[in-house]
Amino acid sequence: MNKINYISALLMLCFTITFAQQTPAPSQTEAFTITGATAHIGDGTVIENSVIIVENGKITACVNGLTSKIIFKGKVIDAKGKHVYPGFIAPNSTLGLAEIGAVRATRDFDEIGAMNPHIRSIIAYNAESKVVESVRPNGVLIGQITPRGGTISGTSSIVQFDAWNWEDATLKVDDGIHLNWPNSFTRGRWWLGEDPGLKANKNYAKEVNNISTFITESKAYLKGNKSTKNLPYDAMQGLFNGSQKLYVHVNDEKGITDAVDFAKTNGITNMVIVGGYQAFKVAHLLKTNNIPVLVRRVHSRPNSDDDDYDYPYKLAKLLTDQGVLVGLENSGQMERANARNLPFQAGQVVSQGMNKEDALKLITSNTAKILGINADYGTLETGKSATLFISEGDALDMRTNILSHAFIDGRVISLETHQTELWKRYSEKYKSQE
Amino acid sequence: MMLLCSFSIISQEHFPKNDGVKSKNTNYTAFTNAKIYVTPTQIIENGTLLIKDGKVIASGNSVTIPKNSVIVDISGKSIYPSFIDMYSSFGVEKPKRQGGRGRASQYDASREGFYWNDHVMPEQNAIDDFKFNKKSASELRKAGFGVVNSHMQDGIVRGTGILVALTDEGGDSERIIDGRSGQYLSLSKSVKSRQSYPTSTMGALALLRQMYYDADWYAKGGSNSKDRSLEALNANKNLVQIIAAGSKANDVRVDKVGDQFGIQYVILGGGDEYERINEIKATNASYILPVNFPKAYDVENIFLASVLELEDMREWNQKPSNPKSLADNGISFALTTHSLKSPKEFKSNLLKALKYGLDKTKALEALTSVPAKLLGKSNTLGSLKNGAYANFLITSGEIFDKKTTLFENWVKGQKNVLESMTVKDIRGDYTFNISNTSYDLSISGELSKPKAKVKSGKTDLGSKLTYKDNWINLTFISADTTKQEYFRLTSRITKTNNLSGKVILPNGNETFFFAQKAEKEDSEDKKKGKKPDTDKDVKMMPVTYPNGAYGFTQLPKQETILFKNATVWTNEKDGILKNTDVLIKNGEIAAIGNNLDSSGAKVVDATGKHLTSGIIDEHTHIGISGGGNEAGHNSSAEVTIEDIINPEDIGIYRNLAGGVTSMQILHGSANPIGGRSAIVKLKWGESADNLLYKNTPKFIKFALGENVKQSNWQSFSRFPQTRMGVEQLYMDYFTRASEYDVKKKSGKPYRKDIEMDVLAEILNNERYITCHSYVQSEINMLMKVADKFNFNINTFTHILEGYKLADKMKAHGVGASTFSDWWAYKYEVNDAIPYNATIMHNVGVVTAINSDDSEMSRRLNQEAAKSIKYGGVSEEEAWKFVTLNPAKLLHIDDRVGSIKVGKDADVVLWSDNPMSVYAKAEKTIIEGVTYFDIERDKQSHEAIKKEKSELISMMLKDKNKGLKTQPIKKKDKPELHCDTI
Repeated sequence: MNKINYISALLMLCFTITFAQQTPAPSQTEAFTITGATAHIGDGTVIENSVIIVENGKITACVNGLTSKIIFKGKVIDAKGKHVYPGFIAPNSTLGLAEIGAVRATRDFDEIGAMNPHIRSIIAYNAESKVVESVRPNGVLIGQITPRGGTISGTSSIVQFDAWNWEDATLKVDDGIHLNWPNSFTRGRWWLGEDPGLKANKNYAKEVNNISTFITESKAYLKGNKSTKNLPYDAMQGLFNGSQKLYVHVNDEKGITDAVDFAKTNGITNMVIVGGYQAFKVAHLLKTNNIPVLVRRVHSRPNSDDDDYDYPYKLAKLLTDQGVLVGLENSGQMERANARNLPFQAGQVVSQGMNKEDALKLITSNTAKILGINADYGTLETGKSATLFISEGDALDMRTNILSHAFIDGRVISLETHQTELWKRYSEKYKSQE
Repeated sequence: MMLLCSFSIISQEHFPKNDGVKSKNTNYTAFTNAKIYVTPTQIIENGTLLIKDGKVIASGNSVTIPKNSVIVDISGKSIYPSFIDMYSSFGVEKPKRQGGRGRASQYDASREGFYWNDHVMPEQNAIDDFKFNKKSASELRKAGFGVVNSHMQDGIVRGTGILVALTDEGGDSERIIDGRSGQYLSLSKSVKSRQSYPTSTMGALALLRQMYYDADWYAKGGSNSKDRSLEALNANKNLVQIIAAGSKANDVRVDKVGDQFGIQYVILGGGDEYERINEIKATNASYILPVNFPKAYDVENIFLASVLELEDMREWNQKPSNPKSLADNGISFALTTHSLKSPKEFKSNLLKALKYGLDKTKALEALTSVPAKLLGKSNTLGSLKNGAYANFLITSGEIFDKKTTLFENWVKGQKNVLESMTVKDIRGDYTFNISNTSYDLSISGELSKPKAKVKSGKTDLGSKLTYKDNWINLTFISADTTKQEYFRLTSRITKTNNLSGKVILPNGNETFFFAQKAEKEDSEDKKKGKKPDTDKDVKMMPVTYPNGAYGFTQLPKQETILFKNATVWTNEKDGILKNTDVLIKNGEIAAIGNNLDSSGAKVVDATGKHLTSGIIDEHTHIGISGGGNEAGHNSSAEVTIEDIINPEDIGIYRNLAGGVTSMQILHGSANPIGGRSAIVKLKWGESADNLLYKNTPKFIKFALGENVKQSNWQSFSRFPQTRMGVEQLYMDYFTRASEYDVKKKSGKPYRKDIEMDVLAEILNNERYITCHSYVQSEINMLMKVADKFNFNINTFTHILEGYKLADKMKAHGVGASTFSDWWAYKYEVNDAIPYNATIMHNVGVVTAINSDDSEMSRRLNQEAAKSIKYGGVSEEEAWKFVTLNPAKLLHIDDRVGSIKVGKDADVVLWSDNPMSVYAKAEKTIIEGVTYFDIERDKQSHEAIKKEKSELISMMLKDKNKGLKTQPIKKKDKPELHCDTI
C-alpha cells in the first residue's frame, strides 16, 4: 500500500468514525446527461441507447440517442451497457421509525389507542437512520412512512431517502390514513388455556361498527363549528374532501368486500387495499371500483398448507392479469432491514410469468399512481423528477443490481452506507495482511 | 333402580356388627336360557350362568343349578362380560393449575427429598386421592363399563393407578380391586409446579431417559442422598407401564425410550395411528385408543369454511377408521372413554368405528379381554370364565347393535338395573272409543320412554304419554281445541297387545276404555328390503403420505433418469458444463457426459435448463414438533432434535419446491449449550426416521449473545446474564465433562449423565458444534475456550461479525454459515453487513448461507446470489455457498453437495440459471426419487380443491341429518426461529 492510499484510508477511517450517516447531497446546480444506457421507463417501455438529460432536478429529455438527435447538456455520464431505472418506491414502510427491532427505545411506529388518525408518522421519521441509507444502494429511493397498530394507525407521509431532516425529506405530507380492517378470525388466547388456533371473530360486526361510528361522528364534527377541537375527528377531513387516501389493511375476501362497501357507503372515493392476500377472489369488484392493491410481501409463506406454494409469488401477477392496479409492499417481519430487497420481490413475480417491464411497474409507476405522486415520480418521463439510478445490469435480479449512480431530484446521492464502510475497512484489514 | 340388599357379601368378616345379627348369604344366582359370551369368541347359546359371592361359578349348557339358587330366566337375552376402561380419571380429581403467572421462570424444583424435577412423581398413588363418585359410576355403568383403571392425570411420571369396580354398594373395600394397578406416564408437565424444565417434547423425552438412568444408579446404591421419587419408581418397576403419547408421532417416540430401557409401554394413542400404521405396528406395543372422533365442521359460512385445511377435514372423515386399522394390522388395543366429554358419547362413537368396518369381536375384545390382559387380570376380569368376577351385562341382543337395549350391568355380583327387563313393549298402533268418538293412538320411540300420537279422524290431538313401573298415563286434548279440555287416561300394562283402563273426561266423569293393538305389519323388514342401511356407505378419502395437501397416495419410487443436454453445475473441477447429460441410477449419480446411453432410463429433456446438486440449508427449524428450544436449563445437551422430527411439516414440501434437499434441523438458541441436531433429507412422505442421514454426523447447537443472556425479554434469574457469564458457563461444563469422561473411561462405577456424555463427545472430537453467534468478542471467546479443551468449533452460524475476525476463524479452522443480508433486528446485529460472506470466503473460511427461516430457505439460491452483488463473488462460488460448502460444514460432502459420479442423486432441475431471481425449481430429486415435480404440484391444486369440495358436501349432509357440528377453526402451526420458546 503506497503512502497516499494509506493516508486516504486513514482519512476514510476518520470519516466513518466521525459521521455515522451519509451527508445529504446539495441541490443540482449543473445539468448532466446520461448516455448509452438501456432506460427502463417504468411504464412498461424500454428505450435502448438512451439519452437522459437532467436539469434543475427534472428530466428534460429521455430519448433514443440513435434515432433522435439531441444535444447533450452538462457533464456526460457514459452508461453504455448499463441500465437506468426510476427510483423504486417502498410503500407502507416503517423505515426511519425504528432503528433496532429489539430495542424498544428505538421503536416509534406504534402508538397506543384505537382511533389515531391524528398520529403523524412524518415527525418521527429519522432521516439519518442507518437503515434508511442502506436501502439506497439497491435503488429504493422513496418511501411511504406509515405508522402501525390500533384500528386507525395514523397518517402516513411520503419521503425521499436523502435529507438532513424529516421536513426536507417530505415529498407529500400526510398523504393517507391507515385503517386496519377487523379480522374475520381471532387467535385463541393460549395464556388463558385456549386453543391457540384460529376461530371466527365473534366481535367482527362490533368492530366494524366502531369504525363506522367513528366515521359518522367525524363527519358530523366537521360539519359543525368545531368550537371545541377534537383532534382525531379533525384529522379525518382529508378523507372526505378527497385530499387524502384511505389505506385499508385487509387480507381476506370477506373483509375486502366489506371494506369496499364501507368506503362507498361513507363517500370515501380514494381507497387502497393493503395486503390483499385473497384480493384475487374479488378482483372484479376491485377493478370495477378502481381500487388498487398494495400486495403484501412477495417473499412470504402461504397462509394455508393447502395454498399453492408459490401463491405469494404470483398474487401480483394474478391481480394484474385481472386488470387491477398493483404495487408491492413489504411490511412484516424485519421489514425495515428487508426493504432493500423490494426490487428482488418484483423479480420474483417475473419468475411467475410476468413481463420484466410490467414487474418493474409494481415498484415504480404503479406505486406512484397508487400513492398519488405520479405527476413527479415513478417513471423516466420528461418533466418528472430526476429520481433515478444507474445499475450495471438488470436491477430486479440480485446478481446485477449494482448501482454506480443514484439521483434524487437530480442530486447525486451517496451510495455509501455504514455497511459499505465496514466492508471497505475490513477488506483493507485483510489486504494489509497479505 | 333396585336397591341392593339381597346379597350380604358386602359385610366383611372381620368387622364387628352392631345393628343386627351377622348373616351370610350363600345362595347362588342362575341366569338361564341366555346367549352367553364367556369371552368375545367363546359363545354359549341357550346357556346358564351361575354366580355366587360376586364371582362366576360356572357357565355352559349343562350347568347343574344348586337348590339354593335364585333362577332368572332371561330367554332371548344375551350376557356379555362388562367393559373395562383402563385409562380413566374416575374418582381422582386432577389438581388445578397454580395461579399467579409471574414473569420469571422457575428453574429449580419446589420439592425437597424428591427427584430434581417436579414433574416426575412416581411416588404419587391414585389410591391416596381416590374418592368414589356415584354419579360418574352410574354414567359409566350405563355405557357398559364395570371396572375402570383410574389415575392422577397430571405430570410426566404420575405414579400408580387404582383398579376400581363400579359398584355403589360395599364401600371402597369392595370396589378396589387393585390399589397399585400399573404406573402412568405422559409427556406433559404437572400443573402443580411451575418448574420450567422441560419446555419441549424433546426435553420430556430426555427427562424420561435420564430418570431411568438415575433410578438404576439409585437402585445400585450409587446415590448417597434420599430420593423418594426414584425409590417409588424402582418400586413400581414391575407394574404395567402406561404412557399417554397422544399422537402417532409420540407413540413411536415414547416406544423408543421404552426400548432403550427394556420397558414395553402400553401406549395411549391419539387416534391418528392409521396414518402411519406400519410404524405403529413396528413398535410392538399395545395401545389404548380414544374414540373422540371429531364432529363435522359447520361449513355453512363459506368464508369461514375457506380456512379449513384438507388435513383437518380428512381427520373428520378418516379418524373413525383408526380402530379398524389397528385391528386389521394385528395390533392389540383397548378402547377408552378418555377425552370424551361424557361416557354417554361412547356408544355412538363406537358405532361409528364399527360402521367404518371395525370387527365386532375385536371391539368386544378391546373392551374386555385386552384391557384385562394388559392389566394382568385375565383370570378375574374381562371374561365370564369360572372364578372371574361376576361383571356382566344383560342385553336384549347383539351388544353393538344400535337397537339393542342394555338392561342390567352387574358389578361383582351386584345388580344394577338400567332398563327394566320386564318392561312390556307397548309400541304400536291402537284404536279406541270414548263417548262414541273413535281415536287412533300410535305409540313409538324408545321401549321404556315411548311417545304417543293421538288422532281423531284426521285431526292431530296434542298428547303426552308417560310409561313407568308398568303403568301408563296418557293425556290428550279434546277435538275442540278452542276449549283447552283434556282427556286423561291411565292403564296398568299387563299385556302387550292391548291397553285398558279408565278415562277421566273433560267434565270430570270417569269411564273405561279399551284399545286394541293393530296387527303388526312387518314394516321394519320391508324397509330393510327396500333400502339398505345407507349409513353403511362410508366414503373414506384415501390416506396419503403425509396425510394432507400435497401428500403422496403412494410413496414415489427410485428411478433411473437421464437428463439430456443440461447446463450442469458440477461444483467440481469441471465447473459449469454446458450441453451435458447426467444419468442417475440406483439413487446415485451414475454418469456425466455427452450422448449417454438412455436405455432403461426415463429421459428428461433439459435443454435450456440447469441441473445442480440440491440446496443444503445448514440452519433451519422446520420439521420440528413440540418446540425447538429446551429452554428450561442453561444447558440442554441431553435433548436431541432427532427425537422430534416432524416429517409432515408443509415447510418440507415448500423447501423442496425451492430446490432444498438436505438440511440441519437445529435446536434453538435459548441456552449457551443447546440440543443435538438432526441432519435430514427432505424425503416428503417418508417417516421421521427415514429422513435422517444414515451414519449421520453428530452435531450440537451452541449459542452466544442476546438470546442466551435472555436480553430481550423479562428474565433475570437464569445464569448467564452477560457475555462474561457465558464464557464461565462453558468453562464449568467442559471442566465437569472432562472429569466425567475420565471417570467413565476408568471403568469405575459412575452415574450416567446424558448431558455429560454428549459434552464428552465434543471433547473427544466425536461431535461437532454449530454455534449461533453474532459479535466478534464472543466468537473469539468460544474459539479460545475450545483451544483450552483441545477441540475445534466446527461452524459458527449466523456469525454476522465474522468478517471482523475471519483471519482468526481461518486459523482456528472453523467454518461459517451466515445470513446474506439480515440485520437491524437486535442490538448485536448492528454491525452486520451483507458483505460478510464475501469477506469470510475471500479470507479462506468455508462459508455457507443459511436461512433460519422457513420462508427464506425456499429461495436460498437467491440469498447466495446476493454475494455476487455484495462483494463480487463469482456465480460458481456463490452457488457453493448453499450446496457444497454447507455439505462440507456438515461433513456430508462425501455424499452430497456436488454432481459427481458416485454421489447421491440429490439433484434439482431449474428453469433458468439458479443464481437468477427468475429461476424456478422444476424437479427436486433425492436419491433418484422425485419428491417435487412442478407438474405434479399443479395437478395437486386441482385435486385439493376437488377433495375439499367433496368433504364440504359430506359435512353439510351430516348437518342436515341433524348431527352435531363443531365451529370452524384452524390449528396453530408456529413458525420456529432460533429464539422461539
